[in-house]
Amino acid sequence: MLNLSDVLQTNKMISEQKLDIRTITLGLSLLPCLNASPEALPTRVYDRICRMAENLVRVGQEIEMDYGIPIVNKRISVTPVSLLIQDVDPVAVAVAMDRAAQAVGVNFIGGYSALVHKRMGQSDERLIRSIPEALCRTKMVCSSVNVGSTRAGINMDAVKLMGQVIRQAAEQSRDQDGLACAKLVVFCNAVEDNPFMAGAFHGIGEGDAAINVGVSGPGVVAEALKSVRGQPFDVVAEEIKRTAFKITRMGQLVAREASKRLNLPFGIVDLSLAPTPAMGDSVAHILEEMGLETCGTHGTTAALALLNDAVKKGGVMASSHVGGLSGAFIPVSEDIGMIDAARAGALTLDKLEAMTCVCSVGLDMIAVPGDTDESTLSAIIADEAAIGMVNNKTTAVRILPAIGKDVGDELVFGGLLGQAPVMPVHGQSARAFIQRGGRIPAPIHSLKN
Amino acid sequence: MKAVITVLGKDRTGIIASVSTLLYEEDVNILDISQTIMGGMFTMIMLVELSDQGAQFAKVRERLMALAETMRMEIRMQHSDIFDAMHRV
Repeated sequence: MLNLSDVLQTNKMISEQKLDIRTITLGLSLLPCLNASPEALPTRVYDRICRMAENLVRVGQEIEMDYGIPIVNKRISVTPVSLLIQDVDPVAVAVAMDRAAQAVGVNFIGGYSALVHKRMGQSDERLIRSIPEALCRTKMVCSSVNVGSTRAGINMDAVKLMGQVIRQAAEQSRDQDGLACAKLVVFCNAVEDNPFMAGAFHGIGEGDAAINVGVSGPGVVAEALKSVRGQPFDVVAEEIKRTAFKITRMGQLVAREASKRLNLPFGIVDLSLAPTPAMGDSVAHILEEMGLETCGTHGTTAALALLNDAVKKGGVMASSHVGGLSGAFIPVSEDIGMIDAARAGALTLDKLEAMTCVCSVGLDMIAVPGDTDESTLSAIIADEAAIGMVNNKTTAVRILPAIGKDVGDELVFGGLLGQAPVMPVHGQSARAFIQRGGRIPAPIHSLKN
Repeated sequence: MKAVITVLGKDRTGIIASVSTLLYEEDVNILDISQTIMGGMFTMIMLVELSDQGAQFAKVRERLMALAETMRMEIRMQHSDIFDAMHRV
């Protein structure tokens, strides 16, 4: 028989602590569309997505009903589009992806992407240059560019170009507070099975299709830590591990069930503490529960390091395949605790950069003044990519130049994307540094063979 | 399939009777019941067996939701696997 307190605990996690399945993401290869003529490619892409994802939303809703667990998003990630667009207008493919996403009823579709960590091919560059237009002409398409890796080093030509692209995307979507930039991620060491947006794409080693599930639950961890107030960190780490284990087991169950009902292979469970702007769903509040007055003060990096590691350790035993970005996310605009800390000036860009050395991704959903030079944006990307490259981890930059706004103003997106207080950047120029271009060589520890 | 029904709310007479009558009418077998009063709140979980996953589950769930509304209780019905997954290694 089931234990009364176990049942009540699970239901309390769901109803009060906002435990949810953040996303069921269908990873889908578009390589079978390649035998179409260039003119027919967008139609082929549209047809394939509609056919393969036909039941995704319905199955997601059924699982939600059967298990009583909210599944917040149903999404699709596809093969990096730069691989498909020889002689094809990339924006036409983006529009086809967007139409297909609307037709099957998903929340987002990712994979308008290019992997250029060593060099940019001609198609890669065309895709990258088309990103602002593609993101402004579509609603659900998300884009990502991988500009570096531990193996290859950092492609500084791509870093330079991305500064320009982000600036253009912000300017072209100015009437929506620069929404296009919220759908664009620049990676170092991008992962191929990430179910989370905006950085999801379906890697070429991933087969035809896979079901990847992202679980969340910062509120559950924060609540669990209330029971160990004042106790040593050993106890804190243990409590986080136990909680992460339970959350991931639920993710594993949903992933298996979705994969069975959709008759598609199970890929991975991504256990990421992904905050939302709702109260009680904040990663910053977990760090504050550990004893910090405000997220961003001294001690924040250590607290985040412990959290990130304990989450992984708890999750890894609970699922046969933990993957994606698993760890803790720190998107400023999407976390009520981070928003408050940034407004108060306690959380700065420099501190966030330090935090990205120990958490699962990078500088995420950070608004900077509208007059920030494109070379400064590139330099921020370069710094973040360097952290990823040297530390053999994924790092990312999703930065939002707030056109026409300055420190003290805010970008407001609403929904899961939240609102971003504009944070100051260093005023000194990095223009000559970014102008150099070329490649930063891979670090010595890339030579592992 | 097995499902867990959770009933929470202010204690009063007839809660178990109403829920179990509904289950009887829908031909749902009760395997186990655990009930207590926690902090003045009526708290019950039932493990039940349903004949198939689709139609019966949806219908029973819908009727339970309607009952929850008339009785002003909180009632949930979930596939029992979720609790096994989270609490059993």
